[in-house]
Amino acid sequence: MTDQHQAHDLLRRMLRVRRLEETCVELYSATKIRGFLHVQIGEEAVAAGVMSALEPDDAVVATYREHGHALLRGVSADSILAEMFGKQEGCCRGRGGSMHLFDAATRFYGGNAIVAGGLPVAVGLALADRMQGRRRVTACFFGEGAVAEGEFHESLNLAALWQLPVLFVCENNLYAMGTALRYTESQTDLALKAAAYEIPAWPADGMDALAVAEAARRAVDAVRSGGGPHFLELRTYRFRAHSMFDPERYRDKAEVASWVERDPIATLRATLQAEDRLSEEEWTAMQQEVDAEMEQAVAYAEAGTPEPVEELTRFLYTEPATP
Amino acid sequence: MKTTYREAMRAAIREAMQRDERVFLMGEDVGHYGGCYAVSLGLLEEFGPERIRDTPLSESAFTGAGIGAALGGMRPIVEIMTVNFSLLALDQIINNAATLRHMSGGQFSVPLVIRMTTGAGRQLAAQHSHSLEGWYAHIPGLRILAPATVADARGMLWTALQDPDPVLIFEHGTLYAVPGELDDDAGAVDIDTAAVRRPGADVSLITYGGTLPMVLEAADRLATDGIDAEVLDLRTLRPLDDAAIAATVTKTHRAVVVDEGWRSGSLSAEISARITERFFYDLDAPVGRVCSAEVPIPYARHLELAALPTAERVVAAAREAVHAGG
Repeated sequence: MTDQHQAHDLLRRMLRVRRLEETCVELYSATKIRGFLHVQIGEEAVAAGVMSALEPDDAVVATYREHGHALLRGVSADSILAEMFGKQEGCCRGRGGSMHLFDAATRFYGGNAIVAGGLPVAVGLALADRMQGRRRVTACFFGEGAVAEGEFHESLNLAALWQLPVLFVCENNLYAMGTALRYTESQTDLALKAAAYEIPAWPADGMDALAVAEAARRAVDAVRSGGGPHFLELRTYRFRAHSMFDPERYRDKAEVASWVERDPIATLRATLQAEDRLSEEEWTAMQQEVDAEMEQAVAYAEAGTPEPVEELTRFLYTEPATP
Repeated sequence: MKTTYREAMRAAIREAMQRDERVFLMGEDVGHYGGCYAVSLGLLEEFGPERIRDTPLSESAFTGAGIGAALGGMRPIVEIMTVNFSLLALDQIINNAATLRHMSGGQFSVPLVIRMTTGAGRQLAAQHSHSLEGWYAHIPGLRILAPATVADARGMLWTALQDPDPVLIFEHGTLYAVPGELDDDAGAVDIDTAAVRRPGADVSLITYGGTLPMVLEAADRLATDGIDAEVLDLRTLRPLDDAAIAATVTKTHRAVVVDEGWRSGSLSAEISARITERFFYDLDAPVGRVCSAEVPIPYARHLELAALPTAERVVAAAREAVHAGG
């Protein structure tokens, strides 16, 4: 992949996530989507960069702020939006919703709404690969709030002890819901926590998609070639509220504004345009293409159908194969 | 052949490991120590450290790793040393293992088996003695087994490993040393049905797991009084075998549920409710219950015994049921 091709690809990926989530927010206000809705607007470089480094048969475990991760892993915007509409055409037939997107075809294992709850599962997916001699990588995303959980420490220790092919991706957006890292951690340099388990850990600028992609590529290569688990701390920022219910009393507008100046999409676009590597026509075409994808997805979700309530108790246990 | 519950369980693990290379055992002290209750003694030497995996004291991580490994195509057996320790893994068991299939719209199955010791009777006091299997039986998405006999210790594991969904096996600590006869060709058994361990006509004693030997003893004592008790071993606590419960209750018209769990909000309450909901007019007496006293299980022998269901209390409850109806 040429540099230019890769940069355009990252820009398109981030734009797709941004438009998908802006659409989600509108649909939430229109009461088409209910429950909790957590958008990652501002953090798109993280999922865009890391997903670009993965192979199709790798596995992904993500958090409840995972629309972008699912989309960039290959889950269609159609089935993501249909899921949030609670329709049976959704990726989980409307059983999961925004926080619990799953997709077997792309090995996307959620969508986990328990902070740090996905880490042990990622360790197990990697263990299965190791025991079966497969050179696959499991990428496990979590926020900086997860490092306070016991499951974080148990999982890092186990992955390092058994030298399992896990890439731990810490999306450090500075706030666990509304509580800043400095109020919850005695040691706020998160890479040191991984280092305590003898896991190579690198920080990268989570607002710079090219930097994330490069860090992820190096880490994924190291994990895949048998280097054991690796840890990326990606420093980023969520521009919007934690969820649609968050009054944002814990941070001031000036802080948000200073991060918005580093918008990962605007930054990459400006860099490419300054270097004459992105024409206005290409940018316009990219936006139109993404807008069309999201319009189509909304139409798909609108046209979706509710699962008959008679099927309420399906998928609890595996159904016997019909002869 | 003569064997014990412990040896039968070990034979079951060994057979599963031999038959399916995707099967492996992990947990605290399962390898070099030989298992806290010596169930896995010798298996490390036989199968090696890749398949008999000692874990750190990280119940949540290794239980979750079992879930992940199951999703990744393996057939893990996770051993949790005792039911009280499983509380440290509740997030993984309840929020992940039990939900993933439903929450993903049927895309993912978790073919995981979790074994753990349960129950009192060994003066281990309140942090090693509880019977929380009824709690787990509350959770949709799990299958809960309670092998009470040597044959079930030998045969339930393989069938559980064939189940595409998570199965929890509760092994009562007082059963490991219990001897029993096993056919030389003993193997897999069903994990769907309850079993009548002693047929009878006058009263149904419904129990499972560690209290089964005591309930059979109570039935023998009742027989000397001319009361013919039927003993139903539930075997599977979720889903309950409603047909077997129906069959015994409509036969004897009297039921006493014996459950080492506490009475309030318990499995015994669930069974009693189901009987009353469906067979109220078939009953000749109120459904009786013999449960543990509602205290954390104490250490001192006499206090522990006072807290637990005993044959005397079962006999008394059965007599009450028989005499209530006249």
